Amino acid sequence: MKYTSFLIKYGEIGVKGKNRYKFEDALMKQIRIALKPLSCDFRVSRELGRIYVDADDDCYDDEDVIDALCRVFGIVAVCPVVRIESKDFENLKKAVIEYFDRAYPDKAVSFKVDTKRADKSYEKTSEQLNALLGEAILETFCETRVDVHKPDVLIKVEIRNHINIYSLSLPGPGGMPVGTNGKAMLLLSGGIDSPVAGYMIAKRGVKIEAVYFHAPPYTSERAKIKVIELARTMARYTGVINLNIINFTDIQLYIYEKCPHDELTIIMRRYMMKIAQQIAKTNGDLALITGESVGQVASQTVHSLAVTDNVCEMPVFRPLIGFDKQEIITVAQKIGTFETSIEPYEDCCTIFVAKHPVTKPQLEKILESEKKLSEKIDDLIKSAVDTKERILCSAK
Amino acid sequence: MNLACYNYNIKEFEYMRVYFDNAASTQTAKSVVDIMKKTMEEDYANPSAKHIMGIEAENYYKDAAQTVAETMKVNPKEIVFTSGGTESNNMALIGAAQAYKRSGKHIITSSIEHASVYEPLAYLKEEGFEISVLKTDGLGHIDLEELKDCIRKDTILVSIMLVNNEVGAVEPADEISGIIKKANPKIIFHADAIQAYGKYKIYPKKKGIDLLSASGHKLHGPKGVGFLYVNENIRLKPIVFGGGQQRGLRSGTINTPGIAAMGEAARSAYTDFDSKIKKITDIKDYIIDNIKDLEGVKVNSQKGLLSAPHVLSITVQGIKSEVLLHAFEAKNIYFSSGSACSSNHPRVSKTLKAIGLSDEEAFSTIRLSFSEYNTVSEADYFLRNFNELIPLLKKFK
Repeated sequence: MKYTSFLIKYGEIGVKGKNRYKFEDALMKQIRIALKPLSCDFRVSRELGRIYVDADDDCYDDEDVIDALCRVFGIVAVCPVVRIESKDFENLKKAVIEYFDRAYPDKAVSFKVDTKRADKSYEKTSEQLNALLGEAILETFCETRVDVHKPDVLIKVEIRNHINIYSLSLPGPGGMPVGTNGKAMLLLSGGIDSPVAGYMIAKRGVKIEAVYFHAPPYTSERAKIKVIELARTMARYTGVINLNIINFTDIQLYIYEKCPHDELTIIMRRYMMKIAQQIAKTNGDLALITGESVGQVASQTVHSLAVTDNVCEMPVFRPLIGFDKQEIITVAQKIGTFETSIEPYEDCCTIFVAKHPVTKPQLEKILESEKKLSEKIDDLIKSAVDTKERILCSAK
Repeated sequence: MNLACYNYNIKEFEYMRVYFDNAASTQTAKSVVDIMKKTMEEDYANPSAKHIMGIEAENYYKDAAQTVAETMKVNPKEIVFTSGGTESNNMALIGAAQAYKRSGKHIITSSIEHASVYEPLAYLKEEGFEISVLKTDGLGHIDLEELKDCIRKDTILVSIMLVNNEVGAVEPADEISGIIKKANPKIIFHADAIQAYGKYKIYPKKKGIDLLSASGHKLHGPKGVGFLYVNENIRLKPIVFGGGQQRGLRSGTINTPGIAAMGEAARSAYTDFDSKIKKITDIKDYIIDNIKDLEGVKVNSQKGLLSAPHVLSITVQGIKSEVLLHAFEAKNIYFSSGSACSSNHPRVSKTLKAIGLSDEEAFSTIRLSFSEYNTVSEADYFLRNFNELIPLLKKFK
């Protein structure tokens, strides 16, 4: 037996008042995009505050559909539905039993059948149907029992022009549909944190773009491939990510040559923010996103963050700011970026690192050091931005 | 130095491509590809099949065994084809240890072996065998006196590589087998010849080698094929069980494309052999002679045939080998950092430690390896870039 229809539950959108249709439209659009790779015809429709996905032909694997839907931001839960066109009671009974059998491999559960009869002309009343269908389940699966007050399983049967049977409610990612909240630029490094930060902001409906700082020969081509992999993994949730790859070597070497080595990382991060901001402005992004978390490393102390923030003219979103490493790892594992993030290729933040980088940088001192760069830094930034490589990373 | 005009960009492919990583793998020869293609498109039957198509396919196997056997002056029946060097080493070590464990459980090896030797030996250790590991000198040569002292009544197997993959040290096989066989003619001598086969004329029967491993893709053959020479007087326990192909030693459908390719690669390697080896040696010597006497640069391999013709190990103190690798990659020059097969794991190479390099030096060591397809002008191109890049990279450490 195959699930033929999917009932989409969405939470927050429901309270959006007059803008509600916009959010629903965006959600339906994202659902269509998510289902596209399955190359099968699905009808996405809206009906009485619900969104349905109906399969029009038979060329899909329903597990794949559920998998794809459970990655669409804005969906709180997906209920796989069995829809039958024939209203014959024997047929209904058979479908209910098959549904129960598939949905609950462990039969030792209590249940209740809850019928709603929109089609009042149906030969049996809701009460009769509840009793008859409950009895059928009990007879077929003798480990089950009925509990009308607190059932483990609530089997819903809706008699309309057709009949819907459903019960399972599989959790979606929640949040809001991508594209309902503007666009932002993620600083993507290849580590564990930044993909999680991007995921969390995208989950709030923000379209994500990314920038990666590449430093050959100090970072390898594999490090770059790893970042592309990460972007493609994120894209399963966020949709296509436009990844900007900046060759950062000359800037990094120039800073290394001119500035005190214990300030290298903090100055480098300031220039990364500047460059990210410059590209973001050109592309119409309204904010930056980083994976920083207070105190994780020297460049993420409150002092360092304040000094880094000083170069930013647009809001910087740091969704992981109060997260512990393990909390971040848990999300990374859930969204599937962890395995890639821990591949052992160096990123440009780990090269030339001083043994004891400053943890409490003073803005005045840093600005003083940066003056030493005034001769060439603007040209180097311009050339880095001009030669950026752009890769469209679509879901893999 | 003007940094702005020194732009490391991976896409600068306007230069020639210089592939100096032939000890990791080689370009497959055209004649090898041709014969593989034929076995796949035309003579694709199972060589064990009884029909005429099967017999035609089997001929590739027989021819290859014959060819390989001839290069070593041994009997074709003494050649077992495998999936490559790793399987050959596993089969030799585990197969011999299991077959002769009643005579003793002591095995001797060296400290510069490849992982495909020391890992099976680590497994055997867990199974109750005792493993003695011989030290080497600064050039990677084992100490023959230590070998003498190490041999015991219950020693059944000695496994020493012929040519080391990281520095190119050549071990004295004649003397090793002399010592072993004098002490006890029953001790089996296994030689890992994966870097040696195709670079030296090796006659196992003359040298007293009982088991010898080789791999196809180190000599312009494909990956996924190799062989083990098993002296007819040695019995091995198989490590793969199944349909009983290759006299029961190595079950599994005969890999016609791979085996035919191995045969062709062997034939080709030993045709015009001396001039090919001279060509490769000349490239190595040319680099050793012309490498600028820069501070901190140290050559770990020897000139001429004192070490392997195709392997050149260089330590550049103060620059991580990975950075060197990527800097040269941008110039379209390719080689290995440390040992290619395990360079994903940032651990110090056993071989480099064994020849006396410090951890820091080991992490700053690159390996160039040559083939007959390389030229002296490629060596020139490498040298030009080396002499230019090293001082530049040294500035930023």
